[in-house]
Amino acid sequence: MAKVLMKGNEAMALAAIKGGCDAFFGYPITPQNEIPEYLSTHMADHGRVFVQAESEVAAINMVYGASGAGARVLTSSSSPGIALKQEGISYMAGSELPCVIISVMRGGPGLGGIQPSQGDYNQITRGGGNGDYHVLAFAPETLLETVDIVKQAFDLADYYRNPVMIAVDGLIGQMMEPVDLDKKPPRKKLKPKDWAAEGLSGVRGHRNTIVSLHLDPYELEKHNLRLKKKYDEMVKKEQRYEMIRMDDAEIAIVAYGSVARIARSAVLTLREKGIKVGIIRPLSIWPFPEKAFVETPDSVHTLLVAEMSLGQMLQDVKIVNNGQRTIKFYGRAGGVVPEAEEIVKEVQKIVRGRQS
Amino acid sequence: MKTQTIYQKSSGLTARALTYCPGCTHGVIHKLVAEVLVEKGLLETAVGIASVGCSVMSYEFFNCDMQQAAHGRAPAVATGIKRVRPDATVFTYQGDGDLASIGMAEIVHAAHRSENVTVIFVNNAIYGMTGGQMAPTTLIGQKTTTSPRGREQAQTGLPLRMSEMLATVPGATYLERVSVHDPKHIRKAKKAIEKAFDVQTKKQGFSMIEFVSTCPVNWGLTPQDSLEWAVENLISYYPLGVFKDATAGEDHEN
Repeated sequence: MAKVLMKGNEAMALAAIKGGCDAFFGYPITPQNEIPEYLSTHMADHGRVFVQAESEVAAINMVYGASGAGARVLTSSSSPGIALKQEGISYMAGSELPCVIISVMRGGPGLGGIQPSQGDYNQITRGGGNGDYHVLAFAPETLLETVDIVKQAFDLADYYRNPVMIAVDGLIGQMMEPVDLDKKPPRKKLKPKDWAAEGLSGVRGHRNTIVSLHLDPYELEKHNLRLKKKYDEMVKKEQRYEMIRMDDAEIAIVAYGSVARIARSAVLTLREKGIKVGIIRPLSIWPFPEKAFVETPDSVHTLLVAEMSLGQMLQDVKIVNNGQRTIKFYGRAGGVVPEAEEIVKEVQKIVRGRQS
Repeated sequence: MKTQTIYQKSSGLTARALTYCPGCTHGVIHKLVAEVLVEKGLLETAVGIASVGCSVMSYEFFNCDMQQAAHGRAPAVATGIKRVRPDATVFTYQGDGDLASIGMAEIVHAAHRSENVTVIFVNNAIYGMTGGQMAPTTLIGQKTTTSPRGREQAQTGLPLRMSEMLATVPGATYLERVSVHDPKHIRKAKKAIEKAFDVQTKKQGFSMIEFVSTCPVNWGLTPQDSLEWAVENLISYYPLGVFKDATAGEDHEN
């Protein structure tokens, strides 16, 4: 099928339906409202479940119940709302329940603003919930990529029995772009959900329980180590990234989501000026794509981390760089989107600095 | 001599020994809920939701599918389950700290949406599991570890009556408060549970049975004195009875 022009939030909502989402539970918050608005009618049209919950807290706990009963479940929210969901996300990770969470980031802290931001990188990759857990998190760059990853997310969540977060900034949620919703992303081989507590103990012949409580510390440690094994598998298999014009690069811009798009324009301008610059674009932000930095050619002497935050992914880049290359940072915050020209200037500064 | 079984543990409960304190009425309430599920043939399609508090381990006791919810969130978890599995029999089992304090929004809105689930609400006017702190349901003058001089109205307000409050919510279908302090009341309580699950089976919406319960350990009373204290003090503030029955007209017609 040909590509169709859709708004980001609506495209993600439709992608979820196409990805086999059985139920959506959410609460209004800008700038993600088109997701529940779209799903409020379209889920019913597809014979699926839509509930507008009384709060983000209730919504994520409805997700917990529905997922625990074996359904494929979605919720969406934005920064302060994701903060409220963190308790439930921790419970879901602890109980090993799959779900997909779309986070359309806006400026913070607190009520912050409603303009695009990447200020929740730490919230998403470190988690605000309690305990030793991780969520698989992807930060796509275009709507085309976003709808693909939303569809795959349901399989990944089921495969790992873990929450999967789709992290986009308000720019991706609000803009219109061509999408191809019929493209079939690679499927995971999935086992039946024989663990679900869905009211079928009679048919099954035994009862199932969904629990994150382990009062014996040795038992809990065993559970923690089992979860760790799963997270290790994610680190091994789910690092996703794109290397853009990196073959001969001397400077690499490290950027994800909307900032990566802006960096692409900056690279075109800089290449015209003869500056050898490329982009390392993380698609998975947890696990952070360490492999991209191993692959980075020796010709690269400087990494310019560019974010719509005051330096959150920067910490991960510092960890994987391990002191090897010079690291520079450029960030805008509060909902201010950087212009390509700003990134061009930052790269030129690096070039001048090395000449002097 | 021939032996005959005249009484045994309900098959609606697992073999696991209950962890509740002597004299606490959770055991009786568990038994009643389990018996009703078995007698109505609902156990095999049931999903129970354990809450946080003394009944946190109830997922080990009810012999059906169980999910353990975060503190106060059981009605939201129940909503999620029932919406995707409408043929399952869904019930929550919650204490007064869980339901009337931290979970206030979830219980009110589950009733408001008239979720077709059954809530078993056990009110002993105190936080039991955490060691006897004041709850919204603690009586004026009642001593707890966070009201050691007795609950004062000026600082903490008056105890919350949940059944009466939920009776004002248009979506609530059936609300009844019962007690299990003697055999007569135990029999009546079982009838109330039967009614609540019937409401769910008939897809009539939200039902809640509130139990006036005891906490001998945190009240500092013997089991027998606890029952007497509950009758004298709790039931006079939390009167027994049906607070809402939106099925009344229909039953009359039948």
